[in-house]
Amino acid sequence: MDNNKRREIILDNFNNPINRGLKYDDNYVKINTNNESCIDELNFELKIDNGKIVDLVFDGEACAISTASASIMIKILLNKTVDEAIKICKNYENMINGNDYDKDLLSLATVFDNISGQASRKKCALLSWNGILKYLEEYKKNNS
Amino acid sequence: MDIRNDFPMLKKGIIYFDNGATTFKPQMVIDSIVDYYSNYCANAHRGDYNISLKTDMMYENARKKVKDFINAKYVEEIVFTSGATESLNMIAKSYFSNILSDGDEVLLTKAEHASNILPWFSIKEKKDIDIKYMELNENYELTIESVISSITDKTRVISIAHVTNVVGDVRPIKKICEIAHKKNILVVVDGSQSVPHMSVDVQDLDCDFLVFSGHKMCGPTGIGVLYAKKEYLEEFVPYNLGGGMNANFLNNGEVEYKSLPHRLEAGTPNISGAIGLGVAIDYLTGLNMDMIREYELKLKKYLVKKLKENKNIEIYNETTDSGIIAFNIKNVFSQDTAIYLNDYNICVRAGNHCAKILKDEINIKNTCRISLYFYNTKEELDKLISVLSNCDDLYNQII
Repeated sequence: MDNNKRREIILDNFNNPINRGLKYDDNYVKINTNNESCIDELNFELKIDNGKIVDLVFDGEACAISTASASIMIKILLNKTVDEAIKICKNYENMINGNDYDKDLLSLATVFDNISGQASRKKCALLSWNGILKYLEEYKKNNS
Repeated sequence: MDIRNDFPMLKKGIIYFDNGATTFKPQMVIDSIVDYYSNYCANAHRGDYNISLKTDMMYENARKKVKDFINAKYVEEIVFTSGATESLNMIAKSYFSNILSDGDEVLLTKAEHASNILPWFSIKEKKDIDIKYMELNENYELTIESVISSITDKTRVISIAHVTNVVGDVRPIKKICEIAHKKNILVVVDGSQSVPHMSVDVQDLDCDFLVFSGHKMCGPTGIGVLYAKKEYLEEFVPYNLGGGMNANFLNNGEVEYKSLPHRLEAGTPNISGAIGLGVAIDYLTGLNMDMIREYELKLKKYLVKKLKENKNIEIYNETTDSGIIAFNIKNVFSQDTAIYLNDYNICVRAGNHCAKILKDEINIKNTCRISLYFYNTKEELDKLISVLSNCDDLYNQII
């Protein structure tokens, strides 16, 4: 992807993120993500129906990369089954950590495919995805 | 400035404004550590052979330098620790956890570093003490009036930074000690951000305890100081027990501890660290602490004046009397600002700076912090000012 396009997508998701604002609804589970080594803190609310992610919203204070990656993650994970979402999140982690990954599964999230070379930004790009993946894996364990 | 040649790290093409976190080391400090490991590497207080005697002499000589640097009355009042954090924990655990009773009050402020809050919380887990926060004024500073109005009949100890690490206000410690002592209240001073930057005289201040870290004053990491008035230090119950701190012990469990300060320094101490700290003190004394302070204040004044010309910048502590400037670019997350500046090889810290409850006062959770030291220059500030004045396009640049 050319750098201008990449920048445009990241900045658009940073400036106008999808689903920003919490619902404070008991039908949602709350997931707090913060990182011991950085100052970003994002809170998510997730609603799963019949094994499918039917809603995912967030709010908090974080840097541009964290915020944009949260927005892009939400766009990708909405309406995916828990199994599909876990697969996508793991694939995303592989991309950020510089390992092999399936490009087709990540669609828009490939705007972060150059982060693996930037140690200081990796934790920002991973924050939301790690938090959601951790919850989804627990959910799967408890519901299988 | 010639002194910049003394620091190998200042030849790396970076502008370093995170001196509140740690400072660069002059070559003579680095050399002193290499010298110890290369030429007289032995344990202290142990052998009857020449290199051990030299080690012992150098280690105790470093203690004497610390004593003179802060003008302590007795050399036994200086305990080497791993840093200010360990010193504060020792004060809480070895002393105050024994003397405080249920209902006693500890006075802190919300601007304190985590290391001056969590050790007090740990006492609260075992005893029903009250931890109270003295109010800060509109500039987030602690005033004498606030101290006076916070004191009650139950107050036993006031524990505060001399200079806070985000706001950078210099607390009127001498006056606070005077007021506190009239009511038999002890005063613990966290000197982490003051001792490296100004003359600190514990007898003049009359504080009961003072802590600081070596690495924030051109010394090595892993070495720090606990100063306490002898009468209180005598009452410390050592929490590290073992070699180096006992005079004798029997198989029935009877132990006789060594005298001060050695009974509070169990195990092999950080010998190279202490020696390095001693040399850092020589270096700072050579420059003159009053000159260091004056120079840093001049730099801060210049920076504040210039930053105020930039409408995008919000400064949180323009009036405080130290080389610390907390700011944000309007509508930019502090970490993004730090990343932007890093692209120009300018190092600043973003975050809450370990003062996690300060947000209750400032209403801003995260800031960028510039903390200056005597080796920073006006030219470096000009570079920062120029980079910040072109920050309109910041997000396009960092992504």
